[in-house]
Amino acid sequence: MDKVLMKGNEAIAEAAIIAGCRHYFGYPITPQTEIAAYMAKRMPKIGGTFLQAESEIAAINMVYGVASAGLRVMTSSSSPGISLKGEGLSYLAGADLPSFVVNVQRGGPGLGGIQPSQSDYFQSTRGGGHGDYHMIVLAPYSVQEMAELTVKGFELADKYRMTAMILADGTMGQMMEPVSLDLQVAEPPQKPWATTGTNLSRKHNIINSLSLVPEELEKLNVARYERYKIIERDEVRYEEYRMEDADVAIAAFGIAARVSKNAVDEARKMGIKVGLIRPITLWPFPKAPFAKAAEHVKQFISVELSMGQMIEDVKLASECKVPVTLCNRVGGMIPTPKQVLEAIVAADKGGKL
Amino acid sequence: MIVFDKPHALIDVPLHYCPGCTHGIVHRLVAEVMDELGIEGKTIGIAPVGCSVMAYDYFNCDMIEAAHGRAPAVATGVKRADPTKVVFTYQGDGDLASIGMAETVHAAARNENITVIFINNAIYGMTGGQMAPTSLIGQVTQTSPYGRDPKLCGYPIKVCEMLRELDGPEYLERVTVNSVAHVRAAKKAIKKAFQNQLDGKGFSLVEVLSSCPTNWGMTPQNALKWIDEKMIPVYPLGVYKDRSATQEGGNK
Repeated sequence: MDKVLMKGNEAIAEAAIIAGCRHYFGYPITPQTEIAAYMAKRMPKIGGTFLQAESEIAAINMVYGVASAGLRVMTSSSSPGISLKGEGLSYLAGADLPSFVVNVQRGGPGLGGIQPSQSDYFQSTRGGGHGDYHMIVLAPYSVQEMAELTVKGFELADKYRMTAMILADGTMGQMMEPVSLDLQVAEPPQKPWATTGTNLSRKHNIINSLSLVPEELEKLNVARYERYKIIERDEVRYEEYRMEDADVAIAAFGIAARVSKNAVDEARKMGIKVGLIRPITLWPFPKAPFAKAAEHVKQFISVELSMGQMIEDVKLASECKVPVTLCNRVGGMIPTPKQVLEAIVAADKGGKL
Repeated sequence: MIVFDKPHALIDVPLHYCPGCTHGIVHRLVAEVMDELGIEGKTIGIAPVGCSVMAYDYFNCDMIEAAHGRAPAVATGVKRADPTKVVFTYQGDGDLASIGMAETVHAAARNENITVIFINNAIYGMTGGQMAPTSLIGQVTQTSPYGRDPKLCGYPIKVCEMLRELDGPEYLERVTVNSVAHVRAAKKAIKKAFQNQLDGKGFSLVEVLSSCPTNWGMTPQNALKWIDEKMIPVYPLGVYKDRSATQEGGNK
């Protein structure tokens, strides 16, 4: 299939439709409005539902309803809106419902700004709402990956009965690139647990996150974490770039990884042995490549559009065997390749920038 | 000959409700209506947070437990997923008229084709008797220990009167279940609210004035009297909107 030129946000929307999603609920917020606009145009033409909800809270609960009925469903928002969805994300986790959620991050906290950010890393990788739970968090770094990880997200959500989230940023959402929409989609699994009516032929199904007997609630939590262990074993995704002989390793995802790749190439031209580890799943975090790299690099540099959030996972994964420094911009600013290159040069000299 | 039986749509288990609480009556009416319309097998009920949070253990149809106040949004999702299914929410006054007011108003404004059973007992029961959005002026509760003072916490919210002003909703009626005659009228209203959905008419809400002897601090008998003497004057019974009947030139 030929490639088409699309915005990242549009690529997510079209990929969701290709993945079999026929229900979208959202509330306007910059910088992800193209997703809703695209769905508003497309859904009526393919027998789907586009509904602009009265709030982010209502939208995520409409998602809860469609997920209960066993169908593929999504919502999208940006940082402040995701905070409002936090309640629903926790209930979805407690009820073991599959859902697909997109966060095109903007600068925070509070109303913040509308320019790109990665400062919802903690919120998304640690669950986002109350209680013990995780979401599968996918971090695309190109428009092509926006599309591919959307399909993957729907599949993983169904497979593990949980929320899969795309954690993008304003740059990813707005930038245009050629993208192939020749995407392979696996058949959704059977969902005998769904509330589709008993037809008087089976015991009633109940979708629920309430469990008042502590012994039982404990069992449910433990069982959920057993499932998470399987995901941590089987679903970790990352890219290693020029890491074979690296003395310095950069950790970066999303737009920060694109900037960092340029800096790595420049540094290599200068003779500095530097590589990049790019987590694609932020949860489960790719611990293995960092543990391996900690055996041969003298420093990690975490390049982030936040005050330093993923850096904590880099330290944990590398068990602090070598220093981990931060190279960042925040508030909607993006590190330049020059800034990253300077950090690489400083790290190679053994100093901190 | 069977002269009295439990409805099939109600599971034969002990209910957890307090003695004298009218939730049991309303559960039964909803279940009888499901039986009579033959819809149990294609009905999905949405339980709220509040005293009826465990309604999913009582109704025999498929059930979903929603977050506090979000039942109309969840119901919207379920109904949009398959419009041939029958979807109802069962919500109390804190759930529907306080934390979930936005979801209620917008589901009504969209004329979402669902049925809403709204239990108004003027108090938060499950958490131990706090002031509700529908608590009466002067009503003593745990969080209005000197009586509800409108200067401090405003006035009771009249849900049917408020929703009536919207163009969206199809049918709004307020009933109660404190006497045999009232129970019969309530059943008729609930049946109509489900029949409307089957007919594709849209958002149908039945508000049921209910008793809470435990948190009102009354005997069950006095609680039923309190509905007549105190609640009905503030919340008059009757049909607040019946669009099809009005459009067809019927009496209203």
